[in-house]
Amino acid sequence: MENRFFVDSGHLSPEALEKKHKLESDPSSRKDHMEYLPGMEIIESDVCRQVLSQMNSFDPSAYTARDVRTALDHSTCSIEDLKALLSPAAEPFLEQMAQKARMETSKHFGNTVYLFTPLYIANYCENYCVYCGFNCYNHINRMKLNMAEIEHEMQVIADSGMEEILILTGESRAKSDVAYIGEACKLARKYFRMVGLEIYPVNTDEYKYLHECGADYVTVFQETYDADKYETLHLFGHKRVWPYRFDAQERALRGGMRGVAFSALLGLSDFRKDALASALHVYYLQRKYPHAEMSLSCPRLRPIINNDKINPLDVGEKQLCQILCAYRIFLPFVGITVSSRESAAFRNGIVKIAATKVSAGVSTGIGDHESKYTGKEDDAAKGDEQFEIDDDRSFEAMYKDMSGEGLQPVLNDYVYV
Amino acid sequence: MMIHNDKLVIGGHEFNSRFILGSGKYSMKLIDAAIKDAGAEIITLAVRRANTKEHENILDYIPEGITLLPNTSGARNAEEAVRIARLARELGCGNFVKVEIMRDSKYLLPDNQETVKATEILANEGFVVMPYMYPDLNAARDMVSAGAATIMPLASPIGSNKGLATREFIQILIDEIDLPIIVDAGIGRPSQACEAMEMGAAAIMANTALATAGDLPLMASAFRQAIEAGRKAYLSGLGRVLTRGASASDPLTGFLRD
Repeated sequence: MENRFFVDSGHLSPEALEKKHKLESDPSSRKDHMEYLPGMEIIESDVCRQVLSQMNSFDPSAYTARDVRTALDHSTCSIEDLKALLSPAAEPFLEQMAQKARMETSKHFGNTVYLFTPLYIANYCENYCVYCGFNCYNHINRMKLNMAEIEHEMQVIADSGMEEILILTGESRAKSDVAYIGEACKLARKYFRMVGLEIYPVNTDEYKYLHECGADYVTVFQETYDADKYETLHLFGHKRVWPYRFDAQERALRGGMRGVAFSALLGLSDFRKDALASALHVYYLQRKYPHAEMSLSCPRLRPIINNDKINPLDVGEKQLCQILCAYRIFLPFVGITVSSRESAAFRNGIVKIAATKVSAGVSTGIGDHESKYTGKEDDAAKGDEQFEIDDDRSFEAMYKDMSGEGLQPVLNDYVYV
Repeated sequence: MMIHNDKLVIGGHEFNSRFILGSGKYSMKLIDAAIKDAGAEIITLAVRRANTKEHENILDYIPEGITLLPNTSGARNAEEAVRIARLARELGCGNFVKVEIMRDSKYLLPDNQETVKATEILANEGFVVMPYMYPDLNAARDMVSAGAATIMPLASPIGSNKGLATREFIQILIDEIDLPIIVDAGIGRPSQACEAMEMGAAAIMANTALATAGDLPLMASAFRQAIEAGRKAYLSGLGRVLTRGASASDPLTGFLRD
């Protein structure tokens, strides 16, 4: 495999470099990615087995144009239909898929589009995930906001008009513990109508605590559902434990969260299989927890600081559109989020077909909302970004553009009771 | 019955229109068309969306003389529904409330049992309670006993535009329940609204069918006419004939001699 991920920073000590190289080149130096670490809760669940059994038996090349036509003719999309829609045979049917997806979106969501913004409060990370800008061997400006700084960021964002926030951290329990994140959630409830979390996976009782602090939606990206591939990309740290991550949404729901979001990071492995597994992860969990709200994201790999070679490989815009249409046709009721990783043109188009939620006013850095929103420069330290964004529209611009596209922007869709 | 005296009465309040705008997908254009072209006098609003800051507060769009019908969408049990209803009253939405309780995010089917509980609590607090329910006669009778002002059975899964999938069961409610039966959810076409009115429904609630139409005002006026036509057909006395099959012109029992 061509090395597009491994970059050595000149700032690493010889010992750190040696350990990094060993992790990269010697699989036996890495921990068993299927084995839970001490303190990680194990839950009884058959969802993982169901998803993997479908994914492992999925052969995208086995489907034909006839299978795709049959799938498009069905009023209810079966798992077999979904597989056909995700296969290469469906690519010539993209326009028909988009038409069908648009109809489903409009039946379930009308012409609404939800707006939100992410807020990164810390970028410390204890993991070595080779494609991520926050990885512990990447030399970037690290930062963790204190409560006053978090509140200031929230004020700036709330002043822009945004009512939903997604709080993110790097995956470091040591630097950003659950208590710290809980305090951030309590602050967020002062300024926002809805508070979501995208943090490292935690145990059920910790999700329960965070829910009590004001968060009610949890996003965890599985990155890839191919556990063997996952092992080669997440070389070190608690994130390496694949099954603990897989069960995160179920633990969050057991902890009382209202909704959960899922995704694979497209471009890491076979994207068709990862898309199938993502959709089925939602499908099987929804059957088990029918009250829960579910949503899907569809991030593609993006370049990071110190490595501009990272790209989404074979997942072009057409393939991404195909996946999103297949998601919508198979799961008409789920939210679909398209992040600022994608271009403004793509997002303007896809919200009319399948997506129901877009971010705006995005920064993936730490503590830089004021300078980004108002242009006001200050001397305060900033933390570097997780990845490069593409669509940098502000909240106001996005609101105006979505309205201009004939869509109704929705800022709040939940009332805490 | 004289058509011009034909009022819809809900909880002692009289309405001329039998079209109610549902919530879910709203915009200024939709509200405008619903009022001007469909003649709506009642507009539903989802408290979870209305409870917003500056942008797009639906409360700012509602003209005077229109009755607001806040709903409890988002509630998963009676307790949450009751809290949302109280919040709606605090927000100045009046006393009407449509109780919607769903424990299923896929089909959004209502939970009748929890809805009965919420109806009782809210009716006791002076709300005009309009429970959204799966058309089950026993549950509907419980809603009546709990103090409901109307019964709102679903025609088919919400947003599905599939029309009167529960036709037979709605007819039973119309026949057996002495409250206005307002058909809600799933009405996708004016012809389906007309059919429900012919059956004896008191009013129609719709949203998606209008919101997703190419020409909103035109579709709104089509709904108005369809609902009026169905109502007239029902009042004309043909309703039962239409729904139950025509009667023979010669009596079948004419041969009986005593």
